[in-house]
Amino acid sequence: MAFKIIVCAKQVPDTNEIKIDPIKKTLIREGVPSILNHDDANALEEALKIKDQYPDTHITVITMGPPQAKDLLIECMAMGADDGILLSDRALGGSDTWATSNAIAAAIGKLGGFDLIFAGRQAIDGDTAQVGPQIAEKLGIPQVTYVADFSIDSDMKHITVHRALEDGYEIIKIETPCMLTAIKELNTPRHMSIGGIFDAVKKDMPVWGAKDLGVDTDREVGLEASPTNVYRSFTPAPKGKGIVIEGDTDKELADRLLINLKKKHVI
Amino acid sequence: MDFQLTKEQEFVRKMVRKFAETEVEPIAADCDKEHRFPEETVKKMGEYGLLGVPFPKDVEGAGGDHISYAITVEELSRCCASTGVICSAHTSLCAWPIYAWGNEEQIKKYVPDLCSGRKLGAFGLTEPNAGTDAGGQQTRAEDMGDHWLLNGAKVFITNGGYADTFVVMAMTDKKKGTRGGISSFIVEKGFEGFSIGKTEDKMGICASSTTELIFQNCKVPKENILGNPGEGFKVAMSTLDGGRIGIASQALGIAQGAFDVTVEYMKSRKQFGKRLADMQALQFEMAEMKTRIDAARLLIYRAADMKDKHLKYGPASAMAKLYAAETAMYVTTKAVQFHGGYGYIKDYPVERMMRDAKITEIYEGTSEVQKMVIAADVFKK
Repeated sequence: MAFKIIVCAKQVPDTNEIKIDPIKKTLIREGVPSILNHDDANALEEALKIKDQYPDTHITVITMGPPQAKDLLIECMAMGADDGILLSDRALGGSDTWATSNAIAAAIGKLGGFDLIFAGRQAIDGDTAQVGPQIAEKLGIPQVTYVADFSIDSDMKHITVHRALEDGYEIIKIETPCMLTAIKELNTPRHMSIGGIFDAVKKDMPVWGAKDLGVDTDREVGLEASPTNVYRSFTPAPKGKGIVIEGDTDKELADRLLINLKKKHVI
Repeated sequence: MDFQLTKEQEFVRKMVRKFAETEVEPIAADCDKEHRFPEETVKKMGEYGLLGVPFPKDVEGAGGDHISYAITVEELSRCCASTGVICSAHTSLCAWPIYAWGNEEQIKKYVPDLCSGRKLGAFGLTEPNAGTDAGGQQTRAEDMGDHWLLNGAKVFITNGGYADTFVVMAMTDKKKGTRGGISSFIVEKGFEGFSIGKTEDKMGICASSTTELIFQNCKVPKENILGNPGEGFKVAMSTLDGGRIGIASQALGIAQGAFDVTVEYMKSRKQFGKRLADMQALQFEMAEMKTRIDAARLLIYRAADMKDKHLKYGPASAMAKLYAAETAMYVTTKAVQFHGGYGYIKDYPVERMMRDAKITEIYEGTSEVQKMVIAADVFKK
């Protein structure tokens, strides 16, 4: 048994290293290292686990970004993915989530059939969580978001996943082909391997532009075609520090809470 | 001349740094304290290709070069010098001599298992009475017709207690002495008459295993001689030329690790109303350290590059090891000083780093031996 899996990944600035320009109030991107988006690493790891179990499985990673996003594909292949495809073109620049998903859905269409698409839940730079679901809609396949557990059913046609909710989870059985978006609870991503690095750097990596994808640069992709407009960016004022009230009994906790509220003249 | 790392080398640094920070650093202090060999890390190092970096894929190596190998040891040692030397001794002192001196069967039999980490390697040269004077080997190997019979003992053997495969030197012809009288052998754990003796209690690199090897009528198969009879000293010296790149990288990693934690400490520690980082006397000291670390790094990468290009690199690796080891001692001593009282207690890693640094001036040739190698090259004509 072998699966054809597509993983959607994004190169994002390492938020641990990010600083805000105190005057312009925008992110200082200069000198900030780029990393594989965390949830996308979970998405890739789940695909790799399937490949561990079914070695003939083929994993293709697709990313869209500037030319240096090639590094992300090298990283994914050094972790064990078979191929990487970079969608990079000036005409794709400035795409919002809607336009991005048009481009990626077109790339997946160009690749032909697949059994599974894994994407991360959301990217740490935009936090929209929209691209994965939009791709699924545009491809007309079922999707499950916030996947925290994954298993392949014995018929090899269905899968069963846990979809994390705020207060529990849903167990969902779904037919392939489908799109799943991964959260960090799904697994622990592996490291690159040294041998994988030396293979990955040598590998040919197709770079597809708008023409290769056959997308309309006026209406489907790029800044102009994007319905989202950024109205204003700002740094929210930091909230006050929270406190944790400790105590042995509920009564004690309630008492301390009351004292605190009274001190602040809330009650 | 190109001072930029290749894409592959950059990725190796990125990978090993993350591996070291997530898998090695969190347990480094405990392993040191408990004198515990980090078996679980060694297993993972094998899985990720860290135990066969500079060997080709056909022997299950990573297909890398010696600068990538140096970076690997450096980044491991930046978090834990014990883990760094486990990798270095295994790669440079066991896998390498078998790969370089072994015949086809020996390479096939031993190298893939070592590169993949299925087996761990060690090297036995030093004896109680043959340290710097390595030619004074008292371990004997007698030709018994269908096998070799080894008798004697080795001391201070890195990885000794956990290794499966050993490259061991022994005297085969005492009359011929150092050059021509010593041969090298591949010895497996479990060979009849081979046992592990005392485990040493050391000042530093406490998570590494340093033991005696004891040979009492140890039977070694005839085909396990490495190289020709009498070539043992050549095998050992060529092995140590490469090993010094590994130890130099370990020293560099220790220095870099101590430097990095000191930078962070100086940014947060305030005395007399200002951060240590804002005091010029300390800034100048840090500038001195940074310069020495970078100089050591360049010496190491040059030696590694020369090795990859099959140039004569013995004096270059001796200079790299001499300077990197002294830098490790210099930087860690200052790092402890800059931490003040906190530097002397075990809650901060610089205490461990300073203890770990000292060995780099001693093993795989003391600093004095490196000077002998360098000076011999200077005055050879």
